[in-house]
Amino acid sequence: MSKENVLLSVENVGKQFEGNRVLKNINFSLEKGKILGLVGENGAGKSTLMKIIFGMNEIADTGGYEGEIYLDGEKINFKSPLDALNAGIGMVHQEFSLIPGFTAYENILLNMEKTKPSIISKIFGKKFETLDRQEMKKIAKDAIDTLGVQLDENALVSEMPVGHKQFIEIAREIDREKVKLLILDEPTAVLTESEAEILLKAMRKLADSGISIIFISHRLREIIEVCDTIVVLRDGVVVVEKPAEGLNVRQIAQWMVGRDVAGRKAVQVRDVDISESNKDVILDVEHLWVDMPGETVKDVSFSVKRGEIFGIGGLAGQGKLGISNGILGLFPAGGKVLLNGKELPLNSTFNALKGGIAFVSEDRRGVGLLLDESIDWNIAFNAMQVQNRFIKKKLGGLIKWRDDKAMKECADKYVNALQIKCTSTKQHARQLSGGNQQKVCLAKAFAMEPSLLLVSEPTRGIDVGAKALVLDSLRRHNNENDTTIIMVSSELEELRSICDRIAIVSEGKIAGILSPDADTAEFGLLMSGLSNLNEEGEEQ
Amino acid sequence: MKQKSQSVMRFLTGSAVPILFITISVIAIPLSNYSGLYLAREIVTRLCRDSFLVLSLLIPVMAGMGINFGMTLGAMAGQIGLIFITDWGINGAFGLFMAALIGTPIAILLGYFGGIVLNRAKGREMITSMMLSYFVSGIYQFFMLYLCGNIIPIKSPKLLLSRGYGIRNAITLNVAGGFDKLIRIPIGKVYVPFGTILLIAAACIFIMWFRRTKLGQDMRAVGQDMGVADASGIKVEKTRIESIIISTMLACYGQIIYLQNIGTLNTYNGADQASLFAAASLLVGGATVSKATIPNAIIGTALFHLMFVVMPMAGKNLTGSAMLGEYFRMFISYGVVTIALVLHAWKRHKDKEMGRALLREISSENTGK
Ligand SMILES: Nc1ncnc2c1ncn2[C@@H]1O[C@H](COP(=O)(O)OP(=O)(O)OP(=O)(O)O)[C@@H](O)[C@H]1O
Ligand SMILES: [Mg+2]
Repeated sequence: MSKENVLLSVENVGKQFEGNRVLKNINFSLEKGKILGLVGENGAGKSTLMKIIFGMNEIADTGGYEGEIYLDGEKINFKSPLDALNAGIGMVHQEFSLIPGFTAYENILLNMEKTKPSIISKIFGKKFETLDRQEMKKIAKDAIDTLGVQLDENALVSEMPVGHKQFIEIAREIDREKVKLLILDEPTAVLTESEAEILLKAMRKLADSGISIIFISHRLREIIEVCDTIVVLRDGVVVVEKPAEGLNVRQIAQWMVGRDVAGRKAVQVRDVDISESNKDVILDVEHLWVDMPGETVKDVSFSVKRGEIFGIGGLAGQGKLGISNGILGLFPAGGKVLLNGKELPLNSTFNALKGGIAFVSEDRRGVGLLLDESIDWNIAFNAMQVQNRFIKKKLGGLIKWRDDKAMKECADKYVNALQIKCTSTKQHARQLSGGNQQKVCLAKAFAMEPSLLLVSEPTRGIDVGAKALVLDSLRRHNNENDTTIIMVSSELEELRSICDRIAIVSEGKIAGILSPDADTAEFGLLMSGLSNLNEEGEEQ
Repeated sequence: MKQKSQSVMRFLTGSAVPILFITISVIAIPLSNYSGLYLAREIVTRLCRDSFLVLSLLIPVMAGMGINFGMTLGAMAGQIGLIFITDWGINGAFGLFMAALIGTPIAILLGYFGGIVLNRAKGREMITSMMLSYFVSGIYQFFMLYLCGNIIPIKSPKLLLSRGYGIRNAITLNVAGGFDKLIRIPIGKVYVPFGTILLIAAACIFIMWFRRTKLGQDMRAVGQDMGVADASGIKVEKTRIESIIISTMLACYGQIIYLQNIGTLNTYNGADQASLFAAASLLVGGATVSKATIPNAIIGTALFHLMFVVMPMAGKNLTGSAMLGEYFRMFISYGVVTIALVLHAWKRHKDKEMGRALLREISSENTGK
């Protein structure tokens, strides 16, 4: 590796948060125009490392870091992200940093607006120049085109699908002049497969134009596909730094976790009678329609037996996400939903929760957590609000107060079961790594001890090792508490590993319901919406 | 169909405050027995008198600082300007411009100070700006009562208290009507002061233009999300201070316009209620503490003052007691702010609910087809 071609080199970097060491002696370097894949388990320290490089205030506020970082041969010591931006580093965070009420182009050019001078501005200064919106739109459009994605630069960001927001953020970073290094922290977690594909292509294009990229993802296939080198972090230490050429997913996963992850023995599967003759139905959905933009449900009927795990799969945009959101009343919906034989009023979230349904949304950023509250408080919150649990009554119910002890016990239980990486249950949710926040969302739903649990994309943002853990905990919860589970996921393998039956949604309807042991080809046919055609073909 | 009912709901909750006040007015107008002509005259006068003050509240709302009750500071600056030109005997519109000229640096200074204080109270701007105005009011009174005539030279004995220093409480302004009389044209039987209207129009144009400047864009960004704005390199604190300075300056001019219409200056408590009435007007117009437009300001001013005129008489006619009529007037002006704020809190709750629904829409995975 020629020394002059190196853009970034990280030497002996370490970091601790109040005595909790998260990074130790990190060394790696990145060449110009190359893509580096950074992988590691949830809480391994990936985001923290990136925050250090980007000069985030959070790092300085918590005592700074050890070691040195060189950019273009010069030692960097950023006081704030602004210095990093000026030095040519752009970062897209795990959390969005867009202004919701602004349009796409306003966001792309945030604080880099093009302006026209006027007499007034000549007297009072540049701040009083008026915006040249035409020019701004043109520049934004160019940046969007560079990424190769179709989106309207005039659309309000608050009305955009998550995937598009991600592109807006990236467009903003590449639009800066002299950007040399782009840091992407799990940009694909919220993207559909086709969108992720576009992003990977765009990354390649940017790299070819000389920009170096650090790419964080839990989808190891993407890492192998797009990266030149990979760096594996385990418990805050670099365990592997290698060219990505010739690596496979299993090998990387093994490095991440430190043991072989394949060959997991599934938790013992309970027998639930899923035949027609079993009349013990917990949820009956008849002709449900849901008006959820991008995930429209047209006409869906199915029934879920008490105690089973019912999977809903299908390609993105076909309506699988709409079903759970519709039942919970988060979008306008119609049709009939019977819970325990009683009709559940649609379009009313509280009633759904009251009725014993718990929901883990696919969108942990939007509805998930109270970031500035502790973990135990987050876990107990819904149970307390909706079901009056964790409340001690004194004087015959006249005085009520929180049962802190019970809350802590409950939180401890889930922190153990889901291996939530934290210093204690009193730690604020904000201080958790992205994947561990997702686990808290799950724990929160478990704590409600629902009779019916709806989980949507439960393993999003979860590392390969912990995925199994999350799935096992669903299975175990189902076993021990007799909780019926409906799980929506875009990962078929995940569904097949724990579900009793799997419904495949296509074009807003259920294309078919299969047993998890069914042939992969059968699933493929249902997903592509071709099964009917095929059957006809066979009959001929 | 669900979608449609949702958008109707959105409109209704969005305009709940104006609708409530229109309803009250519709009931109260016939009870008051006022003629249409009288009401038209009153509304025109009061629109010209108050709109400018209300407009001065718009920019801090844009910057996410809520209603700037500290605009009282600007009103005080305007009054100081008026007292000086009255002392110097400058008359007419020119005198008013001079007053504005004197008031401007004072307003800038006070606005800067106010901005700094509000930066220390992020998230509690409204109550802080209210407290701030009480505090500065104390300094202002000290200035008027002890410094004027003592350290600050005031010649005219008509302005001074008999003891030789300190400004009198009620001052007749010889610049009265300076703007109103400039271009006064009758439309039907209603005299319309186009001079003042031109100034109000200028303020509207300024605000519209300002929204399109880089600074205006920065304020919008800061108003929506300080964290994101800061991360993109916008100087958040500075921008917020600037919004308060502009608001204070506009309030200074607004108070001058207000007082030239009234004709007398209440030195010690004339500015106190300026912010209360302006805030009430803006809220009645359907503005919220996070979104306020020029139409909100103008419509709100008209509606609030319509009520202000009609209610005492309606109260009197209804109960037969003049005392009660007066009580009604007080009740309205304070009640309005409370009701508007409560309704606003309710509306915000509703908005949040709808916003949450919206948020979920956004978060849906979307192939874009
Ligand atoms: N501000 C903070 N205060 C205290 N601890 C923190 C803070 N930020 C992060 N941590 C801790 O540092 C560790 C590493 O977190 P980090 O966010 O870097 O993980 P990550 O590798 O990005 O994980 P994920 O894949 O889940 O996003 C975690 O254990 C987390 O709890
Ligand atoms: Mg992370």
